[in-house]
Amino acid sequence: MKKLLLGNEAVARGLYEAGCGFVSSYPGTPSTEITEAAAKYDEIYAEWAPNEKVAMEAAFGASLSGTRSFCGMKHVGLNVAADPLFTLSYTGVNAGMIIAVADDAGMHSSQNEQDSRHYAIAAKLPMFEPSDSSEGLEFTRLAYELSEEYDTPVLMKMCTRVAHSQSVVELGERAEIARKPYEKNVMKWVMMPGMAKKRHPIVEERTRRLVEFAENSWVNRVENGSDHSMGIITSSTSYQYVKEVCGDRFPVLKLGMINPLPEQKIRDFAASVEKLVVVEELDGIIETHCRSLGLEVCGKEVFPLIDEFSQNLVAEKLGQPKHAGKKLDESLPARPPVMCAGCPHRGLFYTLKKLNLTVLGDIGCYTLGAAAPLSAIDTTICMGASVSGIHGYNKASNEANAGKTVAVIGDSTFMHSGVTGLINIAYNESNSTVIILDNSITGMTGHQQNPTTGINLKGDPAGKINLEKLCESIGIQSIRVIDPYNLKECEDVIKEELAKECASVIISRRPCALLKYVKHPGPIAVNRDKCVGCKSCMKVGCPAISMKDGKAIIDNTLCTGCRVCTQLCKVNAIG
Amino acid sequence: METKNIMIVGVGGQGTLLASKLLGRLLLTRNYDIKVSEVHGMSQRGGSVVTYVRYGEKVYSPIIDKGEADFILSFELLEAARAAEWLRPDVGTLITNTQQINPMPVITGAVNYPEDLLGKLKTLGLKVDALDALSLAQEAGSSRAVNLVLLGRLSNYFRDFTEEEWMTAIEQSVPEKFLEMNKKAFHLGRIA
Repeated sequence: MKKLLLGNEAVARGLYEAGCGFVSSYPGTPSTEITEAAAKYDEIYAEWAPNEKVAMEAAFGASLSGTRSFCGMKHVGLNVAADPLFTLSYTGVNAGMIIAVADDAGMHSSQNEQDSRHYAIAAKLPMFEPSDSSEGLEFTRLAYELSEEYDTPVLMKMCTRVAHSQSVVELGERAEIARKPYEKNVMKWVMMPGMAKKRHPIVEERTRRLVEFAENSWVNRVENGSDHSMGIITSSTSYQYVKEVCGDRFPVLKLGMINPLPEQKIRDFAASVEKLVVVEELDGIIETHCRSLGLEVCGKEVFPLIDEFSQNLVAEKLGQPKHAGKKLDESLPARPPVMCAGCPHRGLFYTLKKLNLTVLGDIGCYTLGAAAPLSAIDTTICMGASVSGIHGYNKASNEANAGKTVAVIGDSTFMHSGVTGLINIAYNESNSTVIILDNSITGMTGHQQNPTTGINLKGDPAGKINLEKLCESIGIQSIRVIDPYNLKECEDVIKEELAKECASVIISRRPCALLKYVKHPGPIAVNRDKCVGCKSCMKVGCPAISMKDGKAIIDNTLCTGCRVCTQLCKVNAIG
Repeated sequence: METKNIMIVGVGGQGTLLASKLLGRLLLTRNYDIKVSEVHGMSQRGGSVVTYVRYGEKVYSPIIDKGEADFILSFELLEAARAAEWLRPDVGTLITNTQQINPMPVITGAVNYPEDLLGKLKTLGLKVDALDALSLAQEAGSSRAVNLVLLGRLSNYFRDFTEEEWMTAIEQSVPEKFLEMNKKAFHLGRIA
């Protein structure tokens, strides 16, 4: 049967067809839908873990027990999981194990655009790189076979355009895979120095054998062309742009496996063309490999290291004709993403801005608090960095600014890696104020459950971490809960906690306005007779409020009736 | 056949994803090669969103580049203006909702919403097919049905697909509860 599937859904289908029985992941754009789609198969146990390191280690445990396993994450998530990654390369697997990592060239929804292929090289692990949904499914099935045959976890590298593009896929049946028995083997599973020293040569030998696989496998294929004045080595979505531009004109070496790379196959291809060109997004990984083989190659001197590619860019760089359209001769206002109408974060960030605080921010919807007019965030680095960062900031300055500084972090992000930073605050005793923005969901990635929500990935009731009790048990002396829709309460409590000479946690609690179970009072309106056009209500940056003929107006298709703006109106015109 | 390109643009939350999924389902019934490229994550939060639908004998790139779109289906006027450069010169058609949604720089007063965008787009020599999809959606029963109104309008340019085929794709794409309302919205867009 043929079906249109997202690249991510196709990988999930591959997991199903290959008999995968265990999935553990942390959500992150553009990787999230692999795990969400896998959870829809009854045959697969699937869960959200608190972070990527936990997910990868859980998937390892599943492999050890004899079940084919999977974990998925975005590129920056692999940084979190890098610790187990490098040593799992040494231990290898029992049942097959796949680790998917989704890069975000162009940073549609990320804080950097790192190239995850470096991890495959550094950890000495095989990495597949599908270029569409069909390959996503096929490579996933193949990856389990490779994983078990070569005794290694296998990386599956996605990118935004492959992960989030639907294309046609031919569905197959699920293979019934017998569980592999677990056998105690300390030389393989206990990585103390003595054992690890014996495993490392095995890893190097495995890479040598994987190069042979790369030389002969169908995943690395030559597509012949009529014009041998140029030959192009490419992979992933870049392959699609090359074919879009050149069709069958130039020979193409299409790589489906990005580590280890073949040697003879590349030499043979290079010898068959006059000029060798490598087309790859982000870093020059294939290009560097070609140079190490002593080949003359054109790559990053022409193609950018930055941003994602497109057919027009590839056409221009290859000296081929490109398309152009007609453009309005004026600059158009940008439309950046904004906090939704009714977003519980809005009132809190308005208060932080009003109090003129230094705010160490974190990763989530609330990062949008950095944008005008709220402009309330000073830093955004990575998951958990707000809580760890404020401790260093306060300690190093002898807490000179502790009364004017807060960290903000969401409930899911706090569970991911904020809690360890809070332990540092409690242990090393800094007078830091941490605000947990508890909207009872993982918001930005599209509403995934997390350990604080009491519901699991399959939608069933689950364990529920009590944030107050957790913070209390860590040793935080002052813990307050506020409603971010109540501006006076926000301001009073934040001032009180900042004034205290101890670490404190403020939990700003109200569920995400987009959650289906949240019932809103409904839109409110501006009394245009009372409105004096002072724009006080505009300071919260609500997309439902704008000015018309000198007076505020509320869009009743957007407004939820949160009444944060009502509290700002000095003439009681909003109600 | 030559690959056809349909670009769908709008504001996060307007239902552009459903429109592209519905088109994908419709095209799949004809054995075309298809690619539908979506946007997830941060930009869905009220930012500019773009999805690409491509179909033909063999489709390589998942995206549509400047000067390549046969159709642009725009859910908002400013987004139509932003996307205009992606239209194929002389051939492409821009179908747009006349609704205006202020972006944050306009709300904060940093810049003004541009005047007379429709007129300027026509002056540029583009084929523009504009309609008030919001009013029609409200007439059908929900302001959230703008996507089906616009698909109804687009369906006029795809006469080789019967109304029944469109209805089947709608049935596969929207929840049962809202089916009649969405069908009505589609119909209102189709006859508008």
